[in-house]
Amino acid sequence: MTAATMPTRRSRGRSGRGITRGQAAAGWLFTAPVLVILGLFLLVPVLMALWVSVSDWTGRGSPISGDVHFIGAQNYGQVLWAGGLAEQDFGVALRNNLWYVLLVVPTQTIVALFLATMVNRRLLRLRGAFRTAYYFPSVTSSVAITVLWLFLFSTSGAINAVIGWFGVKGPNWFNDPDGIFHFGAQSGPRFLTGHTILGVSWWDWIGGPSVAMFAFVLLAVFTTSGTFMLLFLAALQNLSGDVEEAAMVDGANGRQRFFRVTLPQLKPTLFTVITLGLIGCWQVFDQIYTGTRGAPSKTTLTPAYLSYQAAFEGNQWGQGAAIAFILFAIIIIFTLIQRWVLAERAVSKRRMRWITDYQRTAARSGTGAAR
Amino acid sequence: MTVTTPTELAEGAALVGGATRPARPLRTREHWTPGRIAGQAVVYVILVAIAVLYIFPFLIDVATSFKTEPDAAAHPLSLIPQVWTTAAYEKLFLNSDFPVWFKNSLIVTLLVTAGRVFFDSLAGYALSRLRFRGRNVVFALVVAVMAVPNVVLMLPKFLVINQLGIYDSYTGMILPLLTDAAGVFIMKNFFESIPVSVEEQARIDGAGTFRIFWSVVLPMAMPALITIIILSFQGSWNELEHFIISTQDPSLTTLTKGVAMLSNGQLSQGTQYPLKLAAGAIMTIPVAIVFFIFQRRIVNQSTGAVKE
Repeated sequence: MTAATMPTRRSRGRSGRGITRGQAAAGWLFTAPVLVILGLFLLVPVLMALWVSVSDWTGRGSPISGDVHFIGAQNYGQVLWAGGLAEQDFGVALRNNLWYVLLVVPTQTIVALFLATMVNRRLLRLRGAFRTAYYFPSVTSSVAITVLWLFLFSTSGAINAVIGWFGVKGPNWFNDPDGIFHFGAQSGPRFLTGHTILGVSWWDWIGGPSVAMFAFVLLAVFTTSGTFMLLFLAALQNLSGDVEEAAMVDGANGRQRFFRVTLPQLKPTLFTVITLGLIGCWQVFDQIYTGTRGAPSKTTLTPAYLSYQAAFEGNQWGQGAAIAFILFAIIIIFTLIQRWVLAERAVSKRRMRWITDYQRTAARSGTGAAR
Repeated sequence: MTVTTPTELAEGAALVGGATRPARPLRTREHWTPGRIAGQAVVYVILVAIAVLYIFPFLIDVATSFKTEPDAAAHPLSLIPQVWTTAAYEKLFLNSDFPVWFKNSLIVTLLVTAGRVFFDSLAGYALSRLRFRGRNVVFALVVAVMAVPNVVLMLPKFLVINQLGIYDSYTGMILPLLTDAAGVFIMKNFFESIPVSVEEQARIDGAGTFRIFWSVVLPMAMPALITIIILSFQGSWNELEHFIISTQDPSLTTLTKGVAMLSNGQLSQGTQYPLKLAAGAIMTIPVAIVFFIFQRRIVNQSTGAVKE
């Protein structure tokens, strides 16, 4: 291997043989710390956990010692199809988190987009102050915010005080296990209560998140909308104003300009935000650990917390590891579904023509309008 | 809050990328009709209302931390305590492990931030500038690692930490956090955006690779390094999961873990809201300071469409 045969992207022709060899050594040396740490604390752990998830390790001694045995898919079975308590717990956790994702992801995306368009106005005073205010909840620790949330949503807390102004008695938030879509009904019709998926009745599946989980939904929107606002803002600022101005000249009103001109151009960012939102929402752990530890009646249990609880508190290491891998699979599946759905709804041809028309108009009228 | 999240990567990209946008002159002349003024007023009312919604909870937090417990329960919305008391803070600092938690968080955060700044930029530089066999494989690995959700790694990480015998030690708390894939990615992208000519000059003058990296390239990478500092500081200060699975010893508890245990009842009886909220307020301060120092960078990536 000589410098001449090395494919070089930026050909400079000056790098001699000695320099290339020096670079090879330096390259490995410079990346070694990262490789060792990422390998040791990311790759090796995944392999070890994969082994634990198919073993009968109980937490004593090393999982790679002689007295730990391969037991096949038993741990996965306990969680997915054995019909016991473990399956029911997983079903409940999945239901809780599914509702959480369904409510948080659209809400945080819409709120973030709304905030970004609001603070992106050209003639806005105090723009920086508004952006700072909206972003601040995103930088603070999830633990500190959860503690605050517990206080705000306590029975005699600030939220219920505000609700009280309207003469309504607020719920018992973090102690209320009722599904918000059950609307207070205590039992459902027979055809819904009689069937179960993962040990959870259809009635409970459709009941929505508990009031307690709903408080966590609000917390998530509060803490993530600022971050996503910044992503949208960066994208908005990189848009060329020409297309929008052409639309304005043609008499498109604000709403038309936003939905037909701006939004289609923001599609890549929308895609990023929804993907990150999905991945983040399936990983709720900190808030649950700090706030409720799964209570009331397991309605704030999430797969991530269940995995921790099974392993560290219940000594069911195999099951804990199995849940972690199932969660991993769920995240991948959801991301793929989302990619597929958004790809299908790519900018339609008709809409694309709209945009290109405007771009052409903009090009024709040119920057002349500015001068 | 996890440490290497894709969110941080995207945030980081936004932080680094936003700085170089060209200014665009204001094109259309605005006419101030009464309708426009009314419209503007509505916009401001909405913006202020949302800002209050986002900031008021933090004011309640601070106010409540100076209240007595009955006062906190009776007047949850009031920003002025009926009786000012610093009992919560006295208890935290004089009668609890809080100072130990604070010290641990500080140690971990400073070392992790320093480590990431150094190792991430070193690797980022190698991946963007040095030509060596396997470079693409290394980079693919870094990207692959970013795709694994952090929560999924909680239990696996414990297994390795335990196996290595570094459970319940600063080593176990710090070492696994010392580099992050997202940071490497950010640094690599940044180095690719700056011209190579300066380095070549130094190379011709006979400087070694590390010397070029350390005294020529790194000083030019300040914007990206600041991004890494912000993200690492915030990420490791707010990190919870890793400390739950890497320690058990009360003398190694960090702020996040300690306050979480205080909150979820593992350490306390009763509500004790002023105490918990005081703890939450204090742990927010360092991140808030970093945030306000770099605030212009974070939220004003560009001054917007109107310059001058």
